[in-house]
Parts: sequence; C-alpha cells; structure tokens
Amino acid sequence: MKRHLISAADLTRDDAVLILDTAEEMARVADRPIKKLPTLRGRTVVNLFFEDSTRTRISFEAAAKRLSADVINFSAKGSSVSKGESLKDTALTLEAMGADAVVIRHGDSGAPHRLATSDWIGGSVVNAGDGTHEHPTQALLDAFTMRRHLTDGAGQDLSGRHITIVGDILHSRVARSNVHLLTTLGAEVTLVAPPTLVPVGVERWPCEVSYDLDAVLTKSDAVMMLRVQRERMNAAFFPTEREYARRYGLDGDRMGRMPDHAIVMHPGPMNRGMEITAQVADSPRCTAVEQVANGVSIRMAVLYLLLGGNEPAVTTTAHPSPATTPDGGAARRPSSRTEETK
Amino acid sequence: MSKTLIRGAKVLGGEAQDVLITDGVIAAVGDELAGTEDAAVVEAAGRILLPGLVDLHTHLREPGREDSETVLTGTKAAAVGGFTAVHAMANTFPVADTAGVVEQVWRLGKESGYCDVQPVGAVTVGLEGKKLAELGAMHDSAAGVRVFSDDGKCVDDAVIMRRALEYVKAFDGVIAQHAQEPRLTEGAQMNEGIVSAELGLAGWPAVAEESIIARDVLLAAHVGSRVHICHLSTAGSVEIVRWAKSKGWNVTAEVTPHHLLLTDELVRSYNPVYKVNPPLRTEADVLALREALADGTIDCVATDHAPHPHEDKDCEWGAAAMGMVGLETALSVVQHTMVDTGLLDWAGVADRMSFRPAEIGRLKGHGRPVSPGEPANLTLLDPAYRGPVDPAGFASRSRNTPYEGRELPGRVSHTFLRGRATVVDGKLA
Ligand SMILES: [Zn+2]
Repeated sequence: MKRHLISAADLTRDDAVLILDTAEEMARVADRPIKKLPTLRGRTVVNLFFEDSTRTRISFEAAAKRLSADVINFSAKGSSVSKGESLKDTALTLEAMGADAVVIRHGDSGAPHRLATSDWIGGSVVNAGDGTHEHPTQALLDAFTMRRHLTDGAGQDLSGRHITIVGDILHSRVARSNVHLLTTLGAEVTLVAPPTLVPVGVERWPCEVSYDLDAVLTKSDAVMMLRVQRERMNAAFFPTEREYARRYGLDGDRMGRMPDHAIVMHPGPMNRGMEITAQVADSPRCTAVEQVANGVSIRMAVLYLLLGGNEPAVTTTAHPSPATTPDGGAARRPSSRTEETK
Repeated sequence: MSKTLIRGAKVLGGEAQDVLITDGVIAAVGDELAGTEDAAVVEAAGRILLPGLVDLHTHLREPGREDSETVLTGTKAAAVGGFTAVHAMANTFPVADTAGVVEQVWRLGKESGYCDVQPVGAVTVGLEGKKLAELGAMHDSAAGVRVFSDDGKCVDDAVIMRRALEYVKAFDGVIAQHAQEPRLTEGAQMNEGIVSAELGLAGWPAVAEESIIARDVLLAAHVGSRVHICHLSTAGSVEIVRWAKSKGWNVTAEVTPHHLLLTDELVRSYNPVYKVNPPLRTEADVLALREALADGTIDCVATDHAPHPHEDKDCEWGAAAMGMVGLETALSVVQHTMVDTGLLDWAGVADRMSFRPAEIGRLKGHGRPVSPGEPANLTLLDPAYRGPVDPAGFASRSRNTPYEGRELPGRVSHTFLRGRATVVDGKLA
C-alpha cells in the first residue's frame, strides 16, 4: 500500500482485500472486554477537520484510540483557518508537533492530495472527505458491509455483485470513491440519478448510468441511497422534493421489488422522506447503523496498515485473541438470511 | 549618432541578412551594407530576426497589486520575452475605467523604458458590467486608448455589450471580450469534462465561452462594429469565429501560449499553478487552437500574463488564484507548438505575434515590417537554444509559471526598442 490514502483509485484489489480482512480482525477486537490494541502506542494521529463532521471525526478518533495512538483533534472550521493559505500553515504546525498521520476533512476537492504531495508534511495523509472528490474510508466501510452480507467474507472480493448507487452523484464524494473501489473489487456498479445530478464526463467511469430507478432495482444486490440536499432544488437540479422522492426515493414498495437477499445502504445522515422513507430506513434490510460500526473497524485497519508497518495487528498483542478460535469471526458476521428473519 | 549592426540574422526566418539600425530607425537591410564601420555589432548567425513582439493581453497589476507585478517589472519581463509593446489590462485597483488611471499607467510605461505600454480601458465602470465607462475620455487622453475590455469579467449584459460595440465605432475602438457566461460558471474550477468528473472540481463548460462568442459576433455584425475575442480556448469557439469570419464580419481572436500546449490532464496534480481562466481544455481543443492559429482563424497569440504572489498559489486548488505568467516563455511555447511542429513558419510567427496584434490594437510604430525607415523595434531569437524554464531567473516579480523545469526551445537573445537594446545576450540591458 502507498503511504497515503487519498483516493480509492490508489488501491489495488489486493490492497483493498487486505484492508477488509484486517478490518475483520479489528472488528473482533471490539468484542473483547478490553477493546484496545497497543499497536500504535507513541504514535500521533491528528484529526484535521476544516468541515464539520462529528460522525466521521468520532469514528477516526475511536479507531486511533483503540490502536493506542495519541489523538489530537484540530477543528479548523470557523476559526482563522478558513482561507486557503492557512492549510499550509496548519500543516507546518502539525508537522512541528510530530504528527505521524493526518486525517483531513476539507471542503475543497484535492486538499488532501495537495497536503500529501507538498513538502509541508512528512506523515501519512488520510482523506476523510474532500469537497466533491472522494471519501475513500467511506467506500471501504461500504465494501466491508457488502462483503459481510453478500459473500462468504474473509479473502473475498465483490466479483459479480450488482451495486446500485442512487442520488446526487454530481456532488458526491461517496459515489466517486465507491465507483473506484467497488469496480476494483469486481462489482458491477450502476449509478441512478436525474440527469442534472450526473457529472458531465461520467461516460468514462467504469460503471453504468441509469435515470430509471425501478429498472435496476430488481437486479441489485445492494442499493445505496445517497443524501440529497434539499437546497439543490433551488439551483434547479430538480423541481421539488416531492418529485425527487417520487422518482428517485426508496420507499417500501420499491424495496419490496428488490431481491430478497439485497440490502439497503446509506452513508448517513439520512434525509427521511427525501431519498429514503422511514419505513425503509428502519427496516432490518437497511444497514445504515451497521455501516457506522464498521467504519471504526475500517479506520483502524487503514491507520494500522499505513502506520503500523508489517507487524500483525492482532496476534502480537498480549490479549488472548478470539480471532484464533476457529469460528470467532464467522459467528460475528451477520448473514443476510438472519437479517431478513428479524 | 548611435548605430547597431545585426549581422547575419535570418530576417523573419528567411535569408541571412545584415540589418543596420541608426538612431532608432532601421537604416538598411541587405548584404555588404555601407556605413557600418562605426556600428556596434551583434553577431546573429543562425538567429531569427522578428519585428518586436506585441502583446494584446498583459496584466501588469499596477496600480493596486504591486506585490505581484509593477509596470516596471512587467515591462522588464516583456523585454526579456522579446516584446516591445504590451497592452495593460484594466482590472487594476483602482480599475482603469477613467482617463486618470489609464494616463497613470501610460506614464509609468513611458518611465520604465523597457517596453511600450498601451493601456486598455475598462468597458464598464468598475468592471461591473452595468454602466459604460468614459470610453471616449480614455480614448482622448494621453494614453490614446483603443482597446477596451472588462477582462477577468465578461460583459454579459447583451445591451451593454451592444452599446459598447456601437459607441467605440466613433474612434475605431474595439471591445475585447472575456467570453464567460457567468451563470454557467458559478464556482467553476476547471474545464468541465472527463477530468473534472473524476476530480470533483466544479466544471467550466466550453459552452459558457462559446455561447458568449456566438452572441457577440452576431452583435458585432448587427451594429457593424469590430469585436475581439480574448483567450479563445475551445474547438467550438474556433468554429464560431471561423463561421463569423466567413461572413466577412469584423471579428478577431487571440489564443494564449498555455492553451496551445497544456491540457486539463495536468489538473490531476491539483497543483494550482495549472489553475487559469479560461481553464486548460482537452487535447482536441489544443489541436484545434493550433490549427486555427495556423490558418488565421485565430489572429494572434496573446499571453494573458497574470502574475500572482507565491502565497496565492501555494495553497489548495479551490483557494488559489487563477492565472499564469507568460511573457518570458511565450515565444518559446509558440516555437515549440507551432514552428517546431511545422504549422507555422517564422514569417507566420511575426504575423501572429507582432503584425496582427498591433493592427488589432491600432498601435502605431509597432508590428511594422523589418524594412528601411521603420522604427527599430526588433526581437532576435536563438531558435537552437534548449533549456529548462527556471522561474528563479524571471524578470517578472511573480513566479507562477506552469513550465518550471520543462525544456522549451528558443531564447530571445536581443530585444531592441526603437534601436535601444533592452535585452542583450538574454539579459536585461
Ligand atoms: Zn480574461
């Protein structure tokens, strides 16, 4: 793996599977009485957030702490650090503090790339979402969630699975990262949106595009609903909320037309009544809450692999490892069948 | 009496000849010239002698942004690049929208002595696109303004554009339009297409340029005025200008050196040195622009030299300023993209970088043939030179070049402004 995680496109299939497998090990640690590993003791992880995102920040923070890293939260939103040149100054400050990894969330597409390719900073850079560009750890946790539900798990990729991503593709960093990662993992991806919310240039993406949600639902193994900001209608991307929800929202009827094993995903926060109805959001087929839990495991895996080098993450610990028991992992993994019978 | 003999230069790339300059005027061109005994000699074997280059589109930044460039540093950069006249754009602070400001810039140019400075006047007050600036007063001033532009902003109101086009007919003026439909480019960061889709940067669609050009050539035809299109950047714009010219309408256009060479693929680096307005386009656009410059659809090369201080580029893409410096690399880029590719000969370069821009700007004393009796505004180029671009050596106050470290051919060895060498052996005199 590279030193930074900026784009899901940087990951090979083997990199991605390694991260997912490592995350499975990390997930088992979460089941222990003591959830901490000593792996990153003495290392410093900085959460550098230029945009509010409590969910993502907390997820990275929990991940770093479970690996025993020192965590510094640097929230730049609303402070003097809002104009561009200060990204550099902030980076130099963090460098002086000895940051081993900087987890950055920024409103400008490319800011993490800039941080990683400048000489401002020496540590690893992890993109926690940049503008309308990418959000690679979100895609990884999505893939992790899909793999648990749709495959036999460890070592597997997503070959042959049909994944449908619905919503504001144009402005979505989640969609961009998922298209890269899911296709790298062998999945077939279809994007569904009104034409106004599909970027010009999408024809080069390794996926299908459809304007008709109903046409693709029946062949989807997972349907990922993206958050759609209500303000988009003011810029004429669609006429009204009602019309959007009617044409592109997921309701109980539509969910009923999905294959029995298929799951509904949402990166959160959900706009209930807009892209997803409460009935769907609260149904056992919706993995939104599980995705949040999986996010910590994925971020542990990413930080560990970027910073921890080649040492095994779990087996070097002093704690007895349930991962070594024959079916410790399998028992933890919810299958789609048990989900359905809930 | 001051005399300079340029010996053995290929005049406009043709036969090697001697050129004698006496008191700022070309005295003789030919072999075995008489009266050269007391002349300072410039040995020019293998070099190309061109009429002094003329730039229709230069941001000198003074008054107001002297941290990025001044008239003095900008004209030094111009001289190093082989220019003997530049048109200073109006988007200064204050805006060059009154006779007072254009005269100030004009006077600073006179004082610099490195290159003639022809101020461009704003079309509208404060570049706001609402109310015509005093175009006549700027024309009647000492600066003698004939080119008017709100460059940096588009004159997007069709009525204001129509009136401006009509009004300047009284003194043979021209409106130079920065063609950018504002609503289609709100928040735009780069060319809209395959690369922007991947990078998640807001797109600047070609149609935002082309729709304004289409409107403006129609307006110019309707009112019988002339319009000049700044920094044409798309293949579609070329088609529209070609069509307008085929109708016999009075439309001229310029292209920047960077749009002849660079594409939006470079933006993948997110390095703001590639952030420019209009944005870098695609390979197909670049090829169409080269072809159009070669066949004359595009009249001239203009640098859009846009200096910015280091901190405005040493940041993330979204926060960075748009623009590139270009005076000191323009001729090299044109040699690389047009001459070395066989698209244009040196006489063509003289036309596109001197004769045509001077004609469009109605600039006296520049863009003249290399003939006896003409003012000795001349540029001597060593086309065999090869070397990496080193911004540390720039005469410009700013360093925001997209060519740092890139090997480009050709180097201006001498520039003469009315017979006086402003550049000797590649260095400011
Ligand atoms: Zn412009």
